[in-house]
Amino acid sequence: MTTSTLLLITAAIAMIGYLAGSRRALALAGGRSSSMHSRPGYYGSFVAIWSALPAALLLGVWLIAAPAIINSSIRGEFPAEVKAQSQASQGLSFGMIEGIARGMRALSAEEAAQAERNPADLRNLMAARGVAIAGDPEAYMIKAANDLNSMNARSDLLRNVAVLLVAVGGAALAYRLIAPRFRARNRVESVILASLVVASSIAILTTVGIIASMLTEATHFFARVPAHEFFFGTVWDPRFAAAGATASEGQFGLIPLLLGTLYIGFVAMLFAVPIGLFAAIYMSEYASQRVRSITKPLLEVLAGIPTIVYGFFALTTVGPFLRDISSQIHGLATGDYSNFIQAQSVLTAGFVMGIMLIPYVSSLSDDIITAVPRALRDGSLGLGATRSETIKRVVLPAALPGIVGAILMTASRAIGETMIVVLAAGVAARIQLNPFEPMTTVTVKIVSQLTGDLEFTSPQTLVAFALGITLFIITLCLNIYALYIVRKYREQYE
Amino acid sequence: MNMMTEAAVEKALDQRMNDLSYKMIGKDVSVYYGEKRALFDVNLNVRQNTVTALIGPSGCGKSTFLRTLNRMNDTIDSCRVTGRITLDGDDIYDPAIDVVELRARVGMVFQKPNPFPKSIYENISYGPRIHGLARSKTDMDQIVEASLQRAGLWNEVKDRLQESGTGLSGGQQQRLCIARAIAVSPEVILMDEPCSALDPIATAKVEELIHELRSNYTIVIVTHSMQQAARVSQRTAMFHLGQLVEENDTDKMFTNPDDQRTQDYIMGRFG
Repeated sequence: MTTSTLLLITAAIAMIGYLAGSRRALALAGGRSSSMHSRPGYYGSFVAIWSALPAALLLGVWLIAAPAIINSSIRGEFPAEVKAQSQASQGLSFGMIEGIARGMRALSAEEAAQAERNPADLRNLMAARGVAIAGDPEAYMIKAANDLNSMNARSDLLRNVAVLLVAVGGAALAYRLIAPRFRARNRVESVILASLVVASSIAILTTVGIIASMLTEATHFFARVPAHEFFFGTVWDPRFAAAGATASEGQFGLIPLLLGTLYIGFVAMLFAVPIGLFAAIYMSEYASQRVRSITKPLLEVLAGIPTIVYGFFALTTVGPFLRDISSQIHGLATGDYSNFIQAQSVLTAGFVMGIMLIPYVSSLSDDIITAVPRALRDGSLGLGATRSETIKRVVLPAALPGIVGAILMTASRAIGETMIVVLAAGVAARIQLNPFEPMTTVTVKIVSQLTGDLEFTSPQTLVAFALGITLFIITLCLNIYALYIVRKYREQYE
Repeated sequence: MNMMTEAAVEKALDQRMNDLSYKMIGKDVSVYYGEKRALFDVNLNVRQNTVTALIGPSGCGKSTFLRTLNRMNDTIDSCRVTGRITLDGDDIYDPAIDVVELRARVGMVFQKPNPFPKSIYENISYGPRIHGLARSKTDMDQIVEASLQRAGLWNEVKDRLQESGTGLSGGQQQRLCIARAIAVSPEVILMDEPCSALDPIATAKVEELIHELRSNYTIVIVTHSMQQAARVSQRTAMFHLGQLVEENDTDKMFTNPDDQRTQDYIMGRFG
């Protein structure tokens, strides 16, 4: 019986438990469910939970523990000379044994007996059945493989019996507990509550895990490169070519990347915030219901375009356009038709990223502006204020904290953006203030540091984690601050 | 003959005086929300320096009528008004009339207190500022103080004018909103159930305030409370199912109404 059949049977038992539980509850109540503490469905659910949950838990534990126990018991039987080998080669031997065991199950009894007599044939025999064995099997391996097979079979059988027993036993126990004053609803609800808690803690634990893994790798990096050289270094030169040579570890200065990130993000916000905000004001205050129902989803489509597509747009359209128009302007002014805007530049990346961010700003701000109570607008209009005075003096000030929060959240997206920058602003890490020249960002460098042939322990690779954790902390702070502001804003009306 | 003429002249003059004592005149006013008709040819006049109470069961159109008086219904997309409403003889739905100017002359106080999330001072100075009523800071200070005085709120808030208006109690907030409306020096003040969100003590204060305001302003108030209508108003109009049932002196209305439906409503037989 496979695991999935087992699960199905357990589910069936739970189902039967549910039906029997609700029936019994109804029967005990004499058909009047009002004399019971809970509705019949809760008693049914109680029985179902008691049969399925412990059984599922047992199955989970078994699936994790049994292979480990069998593994160690097989290894314990290894001949002394194999045990003397390193852990890694012992692992290889065990892998071969697993392969043989799989093959043995495919052989007929006759063939298996033949194989045991003559291990050398085994490889060909199994290859014929589509099971590949890494090397020539040794005699002890065949015995171990047989042991493995029988242990697995025994473990499976035991498991099936135990799980089914627990399922039936749990159901029976819960079934007996059903009584008119038994508080089934409270029990069922506490299980549901627990599952909600588990669901939310999974998200949190994952975050913690991500931070932990980045922190570990980042500490490895800081063991090789001093922290102050990373955080305050002004030169980014990881020296890929000379990797491994101790004399030239390279320089890992964060400053040029951080400046590039903030600069490009700033230019992007320069485009996104006014346009997005005006769009939001139009849609929430002036647009008729019909226009709003068309334009709002259209704007939100912009948010669904993959950023690499924006990258293409920047690379093939916006970049060349800016370059050409700059050479025209320069030519008209001085007679020298050389371009002063590079095709790949801070401006190009910022502009295209700004377009990408418009829907974030407009959609979030639109929601916030719409949430300003109608009573406030009426109050202002009732005093003879015009619509625009009402928006400027009452609606926007009331929505301002929320809008600032929305802008900060958008900013943390701008900081995390990668693909547009790679294609639109290039990969040159430099410190300069001319928006017409290329620059690059932290995320771009993380990608380029991790996509190489370098060994994973070199600082050239590990620096990606230090960059990642720095970026993470920046965006985390931005988001926390934004949430703080948004929360303060909500309190005003509640 | 001569006497006759004199009598005719006197009568005409009386008629003229009567017309003048009507601050607002509503003639055949109907309101539609999309396809649905909410008001049916209402003819109701509002007298100068009088408190007119609009009563009637929920959904009878009294708030709708109130909102036509300063065109607050304009803010609802699907709403359409027909008929004629005049303020001092001028049609307020005439395209030549600026709705902003109209609302400065016909102020409004809402059901739920809705102070702006600004300081008490800024709440009051908001209207005068957008209409340019104050030439200097001292002017503005005077307007703010006078408005709060009239609303009977000055002594309670004079030491915390810079604190947020939303931090006041419900009754204080409503009086702040009345002060805010007064600050624009309107001629008519519309009140849409101004006390429905207030406790009895705050209600008493607001009613007292309405009483005092009568000498300077024309007031139209929508209320669900018969006692309140009896206490604060001189004229009462009863609405039912979008129609004006009866309009009369308040005293007569509550003792000996002309219409059976008014009698039934006041006695609590329906509504």
